[in-house]
Amino acid sequence: MQETVEKNDLLIAGETGDWEVIIGMEVHAQVTSNAKLFSGASTGFGAAPNSHVSLVDAAMPGMLPVINSECVAQAVRTGLGLKAQINLTSIFDRKNYFYPDLPQGYQISQYQQPIVGEGEVIVDLLDGTRVVVGIERLHLEQDAGKSLHDQHPKKSFVDLNRSGVALMEIVSKPDIRSSEQAKAYVSKLRTILRYLGTCDGNMEEGSLRADVNVSVRRPGDPLGTRAEIKNVNSIRFIGQAIEYEARRQIELLEEGGEVVQETRLFDAKTGETRSMRSKEEAHDYRYFPDPDLLPLELTQDWVDSLKSDLCELPDEKRERFIRDFGLSPYDASVLVAEKERADYFEAVADGRDGKLAVNWVNNELFGRLNKEGLGITDSPVSADQLGKLIDLIADDTISGKIAKDVFDILWTEGGDPAEIVETRGMKQVTDTGAIEAAVDEVIAANPDKVEQAKEKPQMIGWFVGQVMKATQGKASPQAVNALLKDKLGVEE
Amino acid sequence: MSELTNLTIAAARAGLDKKEFSAKELAEAHVSAIEAANDALNAYVLVTPDRALEMAAESDKRLAKGEGGALEGIPLGIKDLFCTEGVVTTACSKILEGFTPHYESTVTRNLWDAGAVMLGKLNNDEFAMGSSNETSAFGPVANPWRREGSDDKLVPGGSSGGSSAAVAANLCMGATGTDTGGSIRQPAALTGTVGLKPTYGRCSRWGIVAFASSLDQAGPFARTVEDTALLLNVMASHDPRDTTSVDAPVPDFTASLKDGVKGLTVGIPKEYRIDGLKPEIAKLWDQGVEWLKAAGATVKEVTLPHTKYALPSYYIVAPAEASSNLARYDGVRYGLRVDGDDVISMYENTREAGFGAEVKRRILIGTYVLSAGYYDAYYLKAQKVRTLIKRDFDQAFEDCDVILTPTTPGPAFAQGEISGDPLEMYLNDIFTVTVNMAGLPGISVPAGLSGEGTPLGLQLIGKPFDEATLLRAAQSIEDAAGPLKRPENWWTKAA
Amino acid sequence: MSVDRATVHRIAKLARIAITEEEAARLEGELSGILDWVAQLDEIDTADVPPMTRVADMKMKMREDVVTDGDCADDIVANAPEADDDYFVVPKIVE
Ligand SMILES: [Mg+2]
Ligand SMILES: [Zn+2]
Repeated sequence: MQETVEKNDLLIAGETGDWEVIIGMEVHAQVTSNAKLFSGASTGFGAAPNSHVSLVDAAMPGMLPVINSECVAQAVRTGLGLKAQINLTSIFDRKNYFYPDLPQGYQISQYQQPIVGEGEVIVDLLDGTRVVVGIERLHLEQDAGKSLHDQHPKKSFVDLNRSGVALMEIVSKPDIRSSEQAKAYVSKLRTILRYLGTCDGNMEEGSLRADVNVSVRRPGDPLGTRAEIKNVNSIRFIGQAIEYEARRQIELLEEGGEVVQETRLFDAKTGETRSMRSKEEAHDYRYFPDPDLLPLELTQDWVDSLKSDLCELPDEKRERFIRDFGLSPYDASVLVAEKERADYFEAVADGRDGKLAVNWVNNELFGRLNKEGLGITDSPVSADQLGKLIDLIADDTISGKIAKDVFDILWTEGGDPAEIVETRGMKQVTDTGAIEAAVDEVIAANPDKVEQAKEKPQMIGWFVGQVMKATQGKASPQAVNALLKDKLGVEE
Repeated sequence: MSELTNLTIAAARAGLDKKEFSAKELAEAHVSAIEAANDALNAYVLVTPDRALEMAAESDKRLAKGEGGALEGIPLGIKDLFCTEGVVTTACSKILEGFTPHYESTVTRNLWDAGAVMLGKLNNDEFAMGSSNETSAFGPVANPWRREGSDDKLVPGGSSGGSSAAVAANLCMGATGTDTGGSIRQPAALTGTVGLKPTYGRCSRWGIVAFASSLDQAGPFARTVEDTALLLNVMASHDPRDTTSVDAPVPDFTASLKDGVKGLTVGIPKEYRIDGLKPEIAKLWDQGVEWLKAAGATVKEVTLPHTKYALPSYYIVAPAEASSNLARYDGVRYGLRVDGDDVISMYENTREAGFGAEVKRRILIGTYVLSAGYYDAYYLKAQKVRTLIKRDFDQAFEDCDVILTPTTPGPAFAQGEISGDPLEMYLNDIFTVTVNMAGLPGISVPAGLSGEGTPLGLQLIGKPFDEATLLRAAQSIEDAAGPLKRPENWWTKAA
Repeated sequence: MSVDRATVHRIAKLARIAITEEEAARLEGELSGILDWVAQLDEIDTADVPPMTRVADMKMKMREDVVTDGDCADDIVANAPEADDDYFVVPKIVE
């Protein structure tokens, strides 16, 4: 099933007419690896200062970089996951600038010949529509260390534990048109990276951070001047930063002002972006190929072998869920957003009715997990238990309503669904004699309502409720309905 | 025991095996020679007598057990560009003042593993930038050679001027050097020593203070070709920590030394006969040709058409790489710091005070040629010219096995004689720099004396990783030139 | 002069080397001299020549993803002009 992807032409109304917001993103994703990109020091988070630092990371005189093959493999896997061009030859360059947490005085990065070229990400939006965001490139580079400014009134403290950790810089095309799309893009990117196992996507620890380029223009005009908002470290902040920045630029332009190309910082406290103290000099990074490193050369065979080992990616999984389980695109998108969630669903849905399964997983289970602030991997109810519960509904052993009670027991006490139903007498009553007795009793006790029902056939609902109450919910709703219609003489 | 310092490495190694003397005696003889000479020559910036004697004692133990390594007990001097564990290493720059590495460079590690004994750290041009050893923060080195009838102090060449002077004055049996544009071969020529720059990738660069990464290569100095081969045998290795070091077997470079040049074709590049070539240099070169012919080599004119562009392209590539390699000297993690109001002024003050004039000049040139809008015109252009220079050599080596040229455009000059115009100094590397640009091996062999009575050298250039043939041809020149005069000892203080 | 005074100052700033006006004047001449001299490379047509990307004919080796280094904070800060609690210490950085 090929769905159409929407044309991306969102507009915002200003005082003087419509505006289009143009957004491009540079996402820095920390590569999942044991050791750093060019040294054998650990990438572990939260260690004592300068303890995950080798002589190479501290740029001691005479130290040389040696590349970590796994970081290269992770970049290639990510490129494949982004349906991107893998460049069999790429070059590491030096980006030269001075900063205390940049020990070499340059960052080893890739400039003119990155390891990954153009690709795309299909972004799922809340309203069920999808847009395609182009990927310009992905390159490997070193992370910098960390400077702490609040330890001393006149000094900054430098810790190089992050120095040299491998990052993938993933640069999008300016295809994003709203803060919602931007948030959804980063979410989708994070989902893909997590599926691939190439980045843990942990934004609190800084494993994923975004630089957001925002400009505005009149529809049809050429691109406007952009501002770059640096290092935004949560999806919510990305949305806020864009909202603020777009409005700031529109207001500025509508008042006859001009947007200046600059780097801005997002202040999470105020929700505003502000200009970074403008540097005396423009950046001039003096990129040139790192003479300590030969060109990075890959073979097609090696790339192919990585490709054949890739797991099923969210878009493919989504298609399959729609196709094989009859799910709605929306439900499928919700499920695949997290691999563990999709896996859970698949375990539940295996050999069962997909729609029933997705209803239970997406509504009952996720609703409850959300309410209690739990993730899918913390779920007290296993996929196996939920599957068995669904079996009991499917074969009419229990009603949907009773199933919710059983689910509640599973959640708090655990156990086997069939056993719970059996031992606690929760089985659905299908014995027509017993149901008929209950129906007769209710009719006999409410002659006035019987009269009303003749005028208002909807009253039957009230009777169903009373019968269900009398049978403690165990009566088959279909049977109750049929009997009531018959006895009250109500026609549909 | 002063004759001990006069021995070759080969002879000393044999003498140690025969117990004619001990490693301790050998070390002591050198330590006292250094003590007596260093005030005058300034070849060593740091002498490590305690370490030398300790290492020699260990050597004697191993020798007694018959477990002596290839260089067991051989006292060596180490250029201050090599990081030596626990021994201050400064690249002869103020900016690395007091820096004590907690690691040992791969090349020196190889030497110690083979039993060699460290005498100390040798002077060099600051960060190896210079051709006269006058840019060192520790002051200039005096060449043991003087012009006939003159007391003027001559330069020992550079940047490995401490190495060349120490070897020439018998203050060590051999020394390490580094060669980025001629920094081993030019000082070797000016001091009457043998200096070899191996193929790029033959020796590991790990632990050597970087100048220009795509050109730097470590190599040995010694007083004979055989000793040079012995040192190279040990210095060369594949090092997983330097991915530009080559994973190729290191042959025994002494094995074919005596094979002579019969059957070899020696190329003579016509472009090296530059305008204004000094007659005595031209004569020396012709003499070299005759020697090799007489030894049975075929001599053939070859062409290296892009020769004249090697030096200007070198003065783009080397400063560019240096400007980036020297960015790490920022007063944060080691070396000098000069405070400022903020981080930026701390950087600026530190680097202003820490770097000398020549280093600053090259950093600024390098920064300029890489800066926005100039990269293509300078750096990219120079790297393209490098391709052409390399192609020239590839072409020439289809017709010959080694190439013979002069090493330098002239003999040693006096301290302070070439100053003012940096370009004049740069011209010293005119014959050597092509070899670095193409990554080839080159050697300078003493071949005679100038009209002033100071040494001159001939350079041989080899095919990549064919140092063996290079050394064979060098041996032939050494044999033909016969025993050379040694410099008159004017530098030893009376005891 | 291929390099003017303002350029000398800009380059020195980029290279983080403080220079006096006097030095700038001297460097203006020296740098221009060197750059004028290297301009002879313009004589060569290099349009179809690839830049040298490797000196020796070899491929880059990669290492395994194994932690083999670190846990030596003492060594790392041992030579620091100023350190505190295994941190490097610098004058306050202002964003
Ligand atoms: Mg960026
Ligand atoms: Zn980046």
